[in-house]
Amino acid sequence: MEKNNLKAWLYLLPAIVFLGLFMVYPLFDVFVYSLEEGYSSISKTYFGVGGYNYSYVLHDPYFLQAVKNTFILVIITVPLSTIFSLLISVGLSSIEKLKNLFQTVYFLPYVTNTLAVGMVFMILFKPAPATTNSVANLVLGWFGISPVDFINGPYWAKMFVLCLYTVWVVMPFKILILTGALASVDKTYYNAAKVDGTSKFRIFTKITLPMISPTLFYLIITGFIGAFKAYADAVALFGADLNVAGMNTIVGYIYERLYATSGYPSYASAAAIILFVIVLTITCINLLVSKKNVHY
Amino acid sequence: MDYEKIEKSAQTRKLVRNIIVYTFLVIWAIAVLFPFYWMILTSVKEYSAYASESEGMPQLFTLSPTFANYEKAYTQMPLVRYFANTLIFTVVTTAIMLVVTVLAAFAFSRLTFKGKNLAFTLFLALMMIPSELVIITNYATITAWDMRNTFAGLILPSVTSVFYIYLLKENFSQIPDELYYAAKVDGTTDLRYLLKVMVPICRPTIVTVTILKVIECWNSYIWPNLITTESEYHLVSNGIQQLRESGLGREDIPAMMAAVVVVSIPLIILFLVFRKRIMEGVSRGGVKK
Repeated sequence: MEKNNLKAWLYLLPAIVFLGLFMVYPLFDVFVYSLEEGYSSISKTYFGVGGYNYSYVLHDPYFLQAVKNTFILVIITVPLSTIFSLLISVGLSSIEKLKNLFQTVYFLPYVTNTLAVGMVFMILFKPAPATTNSVANLVLGWFGISPVDFINGPYWAKMFVLCLYTVWVVMPFKILILTGALASVDKTYYNAAKVDGTSKFRIFTKITLPMISPTLFYLIITGFIGAFKAYADAVALFGADLNVAGMNTIVGYIYERLYATSGYPSYASAAAIILFVIVLTITCINLLVSKKNVHY
Repeated sequence: MDYEKIEKSAQTRKLVRNIIVYTFLVIWAIAVLFPFYWMILTSVKEYSAYASESEGMPQLFTLSPTFANYEKAYTQMPLVRYFANTLIFTVVTTAIMLVVTVLAAFAFSRLTFKGKNLAFTLFLALMMIPSELVIITNYATITAWDMRNTFAGLILPSVTSVFYIYLLKENFSQIPDELYYAAKVDGTTDLRYLLKVMVPICRPTIVTVTILKVIECWNSYIWPNLITTESEYHLVSNGIQQLRESGLGREDIPAMMAAVVVVSIPLIILFLVFRKRIMEGVSRGGVKK
């Protein structure tokens, strides 16, 4: 076949320029930043090369708080949202009437602005700065539980709101993917099992779950990655100064460092690389586990 | 007799199961819709009524809706400006992204050249790079180019989308080679063939990619928040956040909610119109590994 080297690279040129400038170069640069001690982008000078930035970040109480918050968020929301969306998808697959309507409604949070809806969640839990007479506390009141300040109150209450909102935000994607996976399971398996008189529960655990296990693990992995990068949800609920609220996340810490120390990107770079290492490790563990358990 | 009994009990079982399933589904539907309801409800509550609720308990509905909050949101917040900014940002970013993506996808799917496989593998590898890792340098770059608080600074780093190149390349590859050779015999240039044959055939994918990018742009918060310090260049996300922090949001929640409703409506309309496309596109993006 005819080769058209020059022409092909010309077609690729715009993509290469954009990706090179804003993805490939930054990827190497961030490692350089993280190793340059005392770098200032204004004077373009630094004192030396070493691991000081990493040690600074790892000893920063704000970073440790952010790591703790992020891990709690991940450990709670990933399993909860996955199990819950699996239940809903199974429910959705078993009905015929109103299926489309339900699917449309469930997908709605995906297309809404995280910041905007996060503010609605905030007022659901705390309608005004001076009061806690919120819808949430109204509901708690029905069960005889005394009101809680969910936005400026105790740590567990704030974490509860953050987890709830995170689950609400990530559900649409999971439901959509799982409903698709469930629909693509070959019906012959079900029919064969029915002929054998297999119980519904057994069909689910022995046929459905193994058949959709690749999708399930894909969702768990992307769920972990997504939850580790939580940030905008927390901003919507607790305001931009997450350190003061004690609700910062790792990504929040990176941006806070970047923003607060304008012209000194080294701490942010070190934190970003630490985050990358954490996410990479967790993803590798997930992949190893999934190799053992995923059918195919 | 026995047969009838068995059939009857099977029917009751089915009915009970259906009731449980539907109840469960309805509960989640309410959980999804309630925040939207509350957003709209709060936006039509009178300010005084909302303020007095803080003393007592929240009202779950209102009998005297008012549009005064929308007027207030319009006059007291630069909502129109935020909208215009977001629109410019979204349209220009998406347009450049489309050109870059279509050209690259064409090269990967239709042309043969040295190093094609290696280049494509490298492109795919870029999909795994988290934005947090590159945003720091991009921030430094844009600052160095003196592009903070400009549209160029907002747009340029937001253009690239390796995944869309991949998606479109897969689609382009499905077009039979015969069409290309026929066009070649007729003396059609590559670019003409791309624009007159490939793009029209792959329109559904291109529309999907466009919509996904529009959603992404409309909701972007982190990059605009880093790059725009002047409210003149705020987009809806960080504009709203700014307003909330700077006082107006703290004082007048109903007006704030009116702004939130206005900001949310365009995307919801877009979603309802292109519902199938969007859900299909998102799930296709999810299935790929």
